[in-house]
Order: sequence, then C-alpha cells, then structure tokens
Amino acid sequence: MEHYLSLLFRSVFVENMALAFFLGMCTFIAISKKVQTAIGLGVAVVVVQAITVPANNLIYRYLLKDGALAWAGLPQVDLSFLGLLSYIGVIAALVQILEMTLDKYVPSLYNALGVFLPLITVNCAILGGTLFMVERDYTLAESGVYGVGSGLSWALAITALAGIREKLKYSDVPDGLQGLGITFITIGLMALGFMSFSGVQI
Amino acid sequence: MVAKPTVRHVLFNPVFENNPIGLQILGICSALAVTSNLKTALVMSLALTLVTGFSNLSISAIRSQIPSSIRMIVQMVIIASLVIVVDQILKAYAFSLSKQLSVFVGLIITNCIVMGRAEAFAMQNPPKLSFYDGIGNGLGYSFMLLSLGFVRELFGAGKLMGITILQTVNEGGWYIPNGLLLLPPSAFFLIGLAIWGLRSWKTGQKEPAAFRITSHVRAESY
Repeated sequence: MEHYLSLLFRSVFVENMALAFFLGMCTFIAISKKVQTAIGLGVAVVVVQAITVPANNLIYRYLLKDGALAWAGLPQVDLSFLGLLSYIGVIAALVQILEMTLDKYVPSLYNALGVFLPLITVNCAILGGTLFMVERDYTLAESGVYGVGSGLSWALAITALAGIREKLKYSDVPDGLQGLGITFITIGLMALGFMSFSGVQI
Repeated sequence: MVAKPTVRHVLFNPVFENNPIGLQILGICSALAVTSNLKTALVMSLALTLVTGFSNLSISAIRSQIPSSIRMIVQMVIIASLVIVVDQILKAYAFSLSKQLSVFVGLIITNCIVMGRAEAFAMQNPPKLSFYDGIGNGLGYSFMLLSLGFVRELFGAGKLMGITILQTVNEGGWYIPNGLLLLPPSAFFLIGLAIWGLRSWKTGQKEPAAFRITSHVRAESY
C-alpha cells in the first residue's frame, strides 16, 4: 500500500508531466487562458490517462514484450518494435469509444468536456505516460496508479497556469513579450517552483 | 485563394517569419526536454525534419484517396510507421544516444508540428511542395532547437558536442558554469526571451494586449 501511495505522490508532484517532463505543452499553452476550460480539459486528461495506461500495460505485457506471446505457444516472438503503433492506436480508439459512451450515457459530462476529448488524442502527455510506463516496466496495479497520478499532475499544472494567466492579462508586459513570451517565462518560474519537490519522499 | 506558394517560400518562410515554435506554438514539448546539450538537439531536429518531410510527402500523395472521416487515423498510422523506422535506426546505430532521448523519439508521433503540417498543408497541396513544406518547418524547429542547445550546453557546461570550449573551474580552468542552464526550467526562460527577440525584430508577430494600462488619474479634490 505504502508503495502505491509513494508512487502516486511521486507522479503528481516530483515527476509532474507538464512541469518536469514538459509533455502536452502545446495544449497546455493553447488552452490555459481560462480556469473554467482548463479544469474541463484537466478532468478529461485524468479520465483518459487512467484508462489508457493500464490498457496499454496489458497490451505490452501480454502481446508485445519479448517472449510475451508464450501463452500462445510462440515464446521467441518479440513484437516490441510495434509498440508505438499499437499504443497510439489504442489511445485513438479509446478516446473515440469514451466519447461515444459519454454521449450516450452521461450527456452532461459529454457536453462539459466538449471539444477537448478529441484533442486529447494528440496530447503527448497521454502517449508519454504510456511510454514511461513501458520504460519503467510497471505492473498492472502500478500502472493504474501511475495513470491516475500523471493525469492529476497535468490537470493540477494547467489549472494553476490558467489561474496565473487570468491575473496576468491585467499587468503591463513589454510589447514583444506579450502573450506567448510571458507565458513561457511564467511556466519556467512554475517549473522552478515544482523542482523544490524533487527528493521529497513519503 | 492566396498566390500559389513557391518552393523557396515554403522552405524558408517557417524559419523566421512563421516559426513553428515561436509563432504557431507547435512542438514545444520536445524542444524543452532534449536541448540540454547540442548533440541530442541535433539528432532530434534531424529526426523530426525527416519525419515531417516524408509524412507530408506520403500523405499528400494519397490525399485524394483518404476519406475525410478517418483522415486522423490514416495520418497517425503513416506518422507512427515513419517514427518506428527512425527509432529502429537510432537503436541500431546510436544506441546510447537513443537511450538519452528516451521517450522523446516516440513522442515525435504526437508532435504537433508533424500532425499540424499534414492537416494544414499536405492535405491541400501536391507532394513535392508538401515535402519542401515539411522540411522547411523542420528547419524552423531545428533552428530553435539548435540555438537553445548551443546556449545551454556552452554556458551550462562549457562544452559543445562534448568538447570543452570554456574550461570550467572544476577542471582547473577559469569558467564558472551556470548550473541553472542545465536544469529544465531554463529552456522556458530562453524560449521566452527568444520569442521576445524575434518579435521585436519582426514586429508584425506581436500580440495585442488584452487590457491597456492607462496612466494614473488624479482624483478630484474634495
């Protein structure tokens, strides 16, 4: 239990997807002008991440890994080079299925998430989460915790940035730095702040 | 319809006028993570330029056959296959480098530059022009990546491509390296400053302020 708790803490704060690994930066910068939309997108990322990382973990361990096909009588087969293609396929398909399910059964949530769901397919935080899971060879339970944690970390970061940017638009920024430039510097400062978590362990 | 773009235009326009990182906000993730030294930046930009060029070429070649409802998936599959080729080549010939780049080679798939150019340019234009457009945008990305890598490695570690240029104090030299430049957040500061510089030079890229600050108004005396 303690092991999972520490994994969760590490994936939310120490290894923050957005501020320590810089994943999902394009959407991070483009959709962070308002807190409201930022929260919507954040929730969508948490949900998708919590599903795709364990799903890809199963695919990796039972189909692609070196010797994983032993259950089918093919112990020599190593399909790991097909990894990237299958992960992105799984992500695209899952996002599509999630969209249809939500539309049918939970229309209120579907309307709240709106255009953000399809955008998530091309969010590198999602694929990045899966690739880190493969690189670190997590078990199924670990990958579930890691999925939730890394989704939460991204949601936390984008909400915080949106809050800062909402205030920032009232300040007097030099001409050329207006907009994108000052956003980068803000994120830099936030990333420095999050670095203070490194080395913290529970 | 705009005037038909020329090869020269699509090749060099993205470098300064319409830089993917500086203006289009595309492909930032990897720009930050791999630039702490020049060598990884160089490999990364080479890989991305090739992938963008060839994905544009092949998507444009079959653009009239792709049904628009599943075009995202078709593009994804083409891009993912190209990235797998790059990944395997790197693993075969430069294993330590590919370990250093870790997940970022795989992340070229979701790099918005590749996807964005396929969607915005290759779906409408003939193959040859699209190929040059891909290479051009790759060059714009490489330009940003290489300048970041240059500054970060030179001033952060006193080296370029692993060769000592400024001898650091630890090795008996005179240069005190600026450790901040090797840490990830410095990439944000440098990109922010680079955008500032680019926009002061090409003033058309400036964004208007959402609110103007007016000068102080003295309250009426009672």
